[in-house]
Amino acid sequence: MTDTLNVAGLTVHYQTREGALQALREVALNVPAGQIVGIVGESGCGKSTLINALLQLMPENARIAAGSIRLQAEELVRAPPRRLRDLRGRDIAVVFQDPMTSLNPVLTIGRQMLDVQYRDRRPRAAKLALAAAMLGRVGLPDPVAKLGAYPHELSGGQRQRVAIAMAVMMRPKLLIADEPTTALDATLEVQIIELLRELQQEIGCAILFISHHLGVIAELCDRVVVMYAGEAVEEGPVHDVFLSPGHPYTARLIECDPGRMKTRVAQLPAIPGNLPDLTDPPPGCIFRARCDSATERCASHPGHVALAPGHWAACHFAAKDRA
Amino acid sequence: MSQFRHSLAGRLLADPFAVLALLIIAGLVLIAAFADVVSPHDHAAMNLADRFAPPSATYWLGTDNLGRDTFSRLAQGSRIALYVALTAVSISGLIGLVLGMIAGFGPRWLDNALLFFFDTLRAYPTIILALALAALMPRGLGTVIVVVVITSFSEYGRVVRTQTLSLKNAEFILAERAMGASFLRIVFHHVLPNVLGPFFILAAMNLPVVITIEAGMSFLGIGVPPGTPSWGATLKDGFDYIRSTPWIILAGGLPLILVTLGFTFLGEALRDQLDPKLRKSR
Repeated sequence: MTDTLNVAGLTVHYQTREGALQALREVALNVPAGQIVGIVGESGCGKSTLINALLQLMPENARIAAGSIRLQAEELVRAPPRRLRDLRGRDIAVVFQDPMTSLNPVLTIGRQMLDVQYRDRRPRAAKLALAAAMLGRVGLPDPVAKLGAYPHELSGGQRQRVAIAMAVMMRPKLLIADEPTTALDATLEVQIIELLRELQQEIGCAILFISHHLGVIAELCDRVVVMYAGEAVEEGPVHDVFLSPGHPYTARLIECDPGRMKTRVAQLPAIPGNLPDLTDPPPGCIFRARCDSATERCASHPGHVALAPGHWAACHFAAKDRA
Repeated sequence: MSQFRHSLAGRLLADPFAVLALLIIAGLVLIAAFADVVSPHDHAAMNLADRFAPPSATYWLGTDNLGRDTFSRLAQGSRIALYVALTAVSISGLIGLVLGMIAGFGPRWLDNALLFFFDTLRAYPTIILALALAALMPRGLGTVIVVVVITSFSEYGRVVRTQTLSLKNAEFILAERAMGASFLRIVFHHVLPNVLGPFFILAAMNLPVVITIEAGMSFLGIGVPPGTPSWGATLKDGFDYIRSTPWIILAGGLPLILVTLGFTFLGEALRDQLDPKLRKSR
């Protein structure tokens, strides 16, 4: 099967006063066509930087030092701005985390949905009809009236549905969902997840789903990429990664998921230690300082250790542990 | 009906100060538009027999030292006040809007340069600049407008720049860019409408300031040419006879006070309604 998205060796630096902050280091990941790939990792692991890099919309002080990003085999790094703008919104679309801030507060929903269709040469009425149909499809009651509403007249869940409708309206090949349920409550979360899955099947797009909620990833995704301190440390099918994690960080992350706790505890478990200083990342395994089973070997970078077809982990002992 | 109550106009009409402000402004506009009709006398006609007449049925607000009807002069003066205020605010607002958005979107060095420029202009006292320019330029409304524009466009520029900067990094702007919106589309469809709210509030609050500057300059004799029925000129005429006939200066001050209150109330009501953080829940 062809991959919708192919990221290889992606390295992104931020210029700061303390020197170059290495926000992403040699990140590799693949999103096969028609699949949902989850990205999981704690705050500061580079998820947002990754999204910005995928869209090629990075802050002024960010620089792609190395690597490639291929969308359907087309290189995005250093692609001409015109071409990138053509791709954005048509082939790649994004749903952002906070629906309260991702819609323009002074324009009506209908106006914003017309804006997304600016490339179409069809009459306005047809565009409005499509917008209303999309709003109905994502489960908004009375979609035609909603076209005339302003964002502040809708609830958070309704706004996120609008944002999803806008993102999928142009039938993108790749939908990036940046923690789309973090700002919503738990019942809405399930509905939004269901909606994303249905839309994915209808449109046949691939979804890159960023979250730090392991339960949601396990529920929704086909594959998962675990990120830590700017590196992808493990990638594989959701089932394999969650049942037999190859990287100690993945294992600890799963242990720390409150959803999996069997017994009541006074204090939720956490991984001791802090993220390494990314202006001067230590050589070798990036997780070494916080890892229980670190040895001398970990001073060298492990690279990708294959565990099964399509499942690898960046740990010297990944394969040994399973034997 | 409920649609109307929640619209901006509906909410404004629920605010008694806003209604008062709108009535005053409507009155001003009507008097300016029909100045010739509402004036009981020719504003320039001198009637030396009736010099310093107190307010009466014939001369509603009395007459001045040349026997000219003060009410007719004030009615004519409302045209000058409105003309100066609208022209000056439009020009300085437009310059400020453009420069502010350039500063907000432009590179850091350009932003700093424009800010330095704004601050330099703001640091100049209006009246000193007015005196200096009046010495260089012919006396007239054009000079008044130039003075106002030079001293006030930086204020709009600063507000617009701050708004633009905070909007530039707003998530919905990133969302629009992620949808493939071009730079111009971002600027005109998404940033501009968000900037206009605070911009219009500032403009409404600045209108009376401009009217006062014009009156002040005319009072000092560096505004309109002699004989022009500007409000400031009426104040000046009255000032010379303040001990014997105080009603001239009182009448001249009245429209200034009313108009200042009217536009200030309107600006405040607009701010209360357009700024969601200040909006009272009702």
